[in-house]
Amino acid sequence: MPNMILTKTPMPEQNPQIRARNFDEVTLGYTKEMAMKEAERCLNCKHKPCVAGCPVSVRIPEFIEEVAKGNFEAAYAVITSTNSLPAVCGRVCPQENQCEGKCVRGIKGEPVAIGRLERFVADYMMKNADITPKKPELNGHKVAVVGAGPAGLTCAGDLARLGYEVTVFEAFHVAGGVLMYGIPEFRLPKAIVQKEIDSLKALGVNIMTNMVIGKVLSIDELVNDMGFEAVFIGSGAGLPNFMGIEGENLVGVYSANEFLTRINLMKAYLDDYDTPVKRSKVVAVVGGGNVAMDAARSAMRLGADKVYIVYRRSMEELPARKEEVHHAIEEGIEFLLLNNPMKILSDERGRVRAMECVKMELGEADAGGRRRPVEIKGSNYELPVDSVIMSIGTSPNPLIRSTTPGLEVNKHGCLIVNEDMLTTKEGIYAGGDAVTGAATVILAMGAGKTAAKAIDDYIKSK
Amino acid sequence: MFKIMKKKVLNDSVVQMDFLAPFIAKKAQPGQFVIFRIDEKGERIPITINDYDRDKGTVRIIFQLVGKSTIQLSKMNEGDEISDLVGPLGIATHIEPDAKRVAVIGGGVGCAIAYPQAKALHEKGITVDVIAGFRNKDIVILEEEFKNACDNLIITTDDGSYGKKGFVTEALKELIESGNKYDEVIAIGPVPMMKFVCAVTKPYGIKTIVSLNPVMIDGTGMCGGCRVKVGGQIKYACVDGPDFDGHIVDFDELMLRNGTYKEDEENSKNHICRLTGGAENA
Repeated sequence: MPNMILTKTPMPEQNPQIRARNFDEVTLGYTKEMAMKEAERCLNCKHKPCVAGCPVSVRIPEFIEEVAKGNFEAAYAVITSTNSLPAVCGRVCPQENQCEGKCVRGIKGEPVAIGRLERFVADYMMKNADITPKKPELNGHKVAVVGAGPAGLTCAGDLARLGYEVTVFEAFHVAGGVLMYGIPEFRLPKAIVQKEIDSLKALGVNIMTNMVIGKVLSIDELVNDMGFEAVFIGSGAGLPNFMGIEGENLVGVYSANEFLTRINLMKAYLDDYDTPVKRSKVVAVVGGGNVAMDAARSAMRLGADKVYIVYRRSMEELPARKEEVHHAIEEGIEFLLLNNPMKILSDERGRVRAMECVKMELGEADAGGRRRPVEIKGSNYELPVDSVIMSIGTSPNPLIRSTTPGLEVNKHGCLIVNEDMLTTKEGIYAGGDAVTGAATVILAMGAGKTAAKAIDDYIKSK
Repeated sequence: MFKIMKKKVLNDSVVQMDFLAPFIAKKAQPGQFVIFRIDEKGERIPITINDYDRDKGTVRIIFQLVGKSTIQLSKMNEGDEISDLVGPLGIATHIEPDAKRVAVIGGGVGCAIAYPQAKALHEKGITVDVIAGFRNKDIVILEEEFKNACDNLIITTDDGSYGKKGFVTEALKELIESGNKYDEVIAIGPVPMMKFVCAVTKPYGIKTIVSLNPVMIDGTGMCGGCRVKVGGQIKYACVDGPDFDGHIVDFDELMLRNGTYKEDEENSKNHICRLTGGAENA
C-alpha cells in the first residue's frame, strides 16, 4: 500500500538565520528512513510520465522502487545507467518543470520528491560504498571533449563507458565548469562535484586543465594533428551581458559570473585564499534567474546587511527554481519586483553609491505570451547600494567559432547543431550553453548524452 | 605543474622567469598573455608574455613585485613548480605589413611587453624606434635586448640618472617634431603613461596601440571583470584585446577599475603572519 500523504516528506534544512551567514549546504538530505518513506509515495505508474520529463531519461519509478525496498545500491545502478552526475542533478535540476512536474501525485497534493530521492541515493552510495567504476576495455578510438562542464563531462562519461579513449580539455585550473565556478557551495558542495569527476577519471576519462581550445590548440589541430576522430564542444555560455546603462563600469559593479567565480572557484570568502572580493553592505542583484539567486544569497553570506533582487517583471515570471526563491526569501533577501535599473550612481571616488530604478507595470502580452513590463513614468527613485551585481544572461564566447573554419553560428553567436548535436562541420558535435545560450545543467547533460550516442554511431559507421 | 627553468632578478622589484610550457610556447605570439596561479590557494594573475622559445618549449615572463602573488613567485627558484599556467590568451598584436616606421614605447616593467612587439616589427624589416622610460638608472631593464630589436633606442629616466632626462612623451614628441613619419605608435606601460602618449600622438593623427591589463579572472571571456570602455562600447581585454586603439580607450575609467582591490593588495602585503610573526606572507 503506497504512502498516500499528500505532501513530500520534508527534508531537514539549516535554520535560515544561521545559514544566511555560512557557506555550508542549506539542505541536509534525507535519512534512510525518510527516503524509504518518501519512496513509498510513488505509485509506480505504468505510463511513467516522470521519465518523459527527464532530459536524460532516468528510469525513475524503477530506482524509487529499489529505494522503497532499501536496495540503495540497486537504485544507484538504475540511476547511473543513464545519468553520470546523480548527486549534482538531485540538487540543482529544476524538478518542478521536469520529472516532478509530470508526477501523477502532483495532481492532488505534492509530487513525489524525485530530486531529493536521487540525491539521497547518490549521497548514500558516495558515503557507504565503493562506487569507483571499472575501466571498460578500450575500443581503440579517440574522442576529444572541449569543456569540463556538465555537457562535456556527461558526453565524456558516456563515451568512456562505451570504450572510447576520451580527453577533456578544460580552460580553468579545475574541471567542473559551472558546477565549480558558478553554483555556490551552499547549494552544491564542491567535494561532491569533485567526487563525480573523480569517478569519471576512474572510468578512464583523461582531463587536461589549463587548455584553452581555440588558443593553445584549434579544433582542426585536435582532429588533424592529434588523432581525435570526433570532437564534442561544450564550452559553455560565455561573456556576461550588461544593460548598457550609465555607471556599469563603476567600482563595485560585478557581473554575476565574476562575483560567483571569485567566491566559488577562487574561494575568496575563505581567509587563507588569496583572491579578493568586496564585502559589501548593501547589494542589488539585477535579474531573476538561478544565477541571480545564487549571487544574492552569496552576497548575504559575505556579510551584507541588505540584499535586493531587482527584477523588472513580477514574481510569477521570475525564472529561478522555486526552491531557490523560497530559500532566498527565508534568508532575508528582499525582492524588488517590477523595478528596473536606469543608471548606477557614483560617489566622488568612482565607487557605487546608489542605483536609480524606475517602477514597472505589466502591459500587454508579447509574442511569447509573457506580459511586457512597461515603465511607470515619473516613478524613478534612488536605491542606496554599495554594490551592483548584473545577472542578466550571457552572450556566446567567440574563442572557438572565430578559430574554426566551417563552424557556423546563428545570429546570437550560438553554434548551430542538428538533432544529433552535429555542428556544420563533419565530426564536430556541440551541446550545452554554447548551443542554447544560458540554460540549465540538466539540459546541457541531455545534450552531452545525445551527442555521445551520435558520436558513437558516427565513428562506428566510418 | 609548470617548472621554473630559469630565473633572473633584473632589479629589486622586477624578476624574469622562464617556465616549461611546451603547448603555450608553440603558439605564443607577441602581445598575448598567460595567467599563472602558484598553488591551490593562489589567485589567477594575468601577465603578458615577454618571450618564448619554441624549441625549448619555454615561455618567459617579466613581472614586478606588486602584490602577494608576485612577491611569492619572486621567492621561488629554478626547479620549483607552480600549479597553473594557461595561455596564450588574447589576440596577438596586429602587425601592419605596409608599415615603414613604428615607435614602440615602454614604461617601466611595460618594457617587458614592448620588447616582443619591437622584435617582431624589427624582424619584419620595419624601422623601429624604441623609447624605454624608467624612473631612474637602477630599474633600467632589457637594454641589451632592445638594442638588438630596434634601429634606434632611446632610454629616458625621470631623474636623468641614465640616458635622456624626462618622460617618454617628451622624447616621442621630439622624434615626431624632428620629422620622423610614424605609421604607428605602440605604447605599453602604466595607464597614465599610455594615456599621455595617446594625447601626444592624437593631434598628429598617428595610430596608437596600447596594451591593457585590467582586473581579470578566467581570461577566456567568462567573468567580464576585464571590461573596458573603448569608443563608448564595452570591450573585454581578454578576448577582444589586450591591444586597443589608444585614442578611443577610456583610460580614466580603467584607472578607477584597476584600483578596485588596491586596499586589499596593500593589506595582503602588510599582513603580519600569525605563524611566523614576520611582516610578510611566507
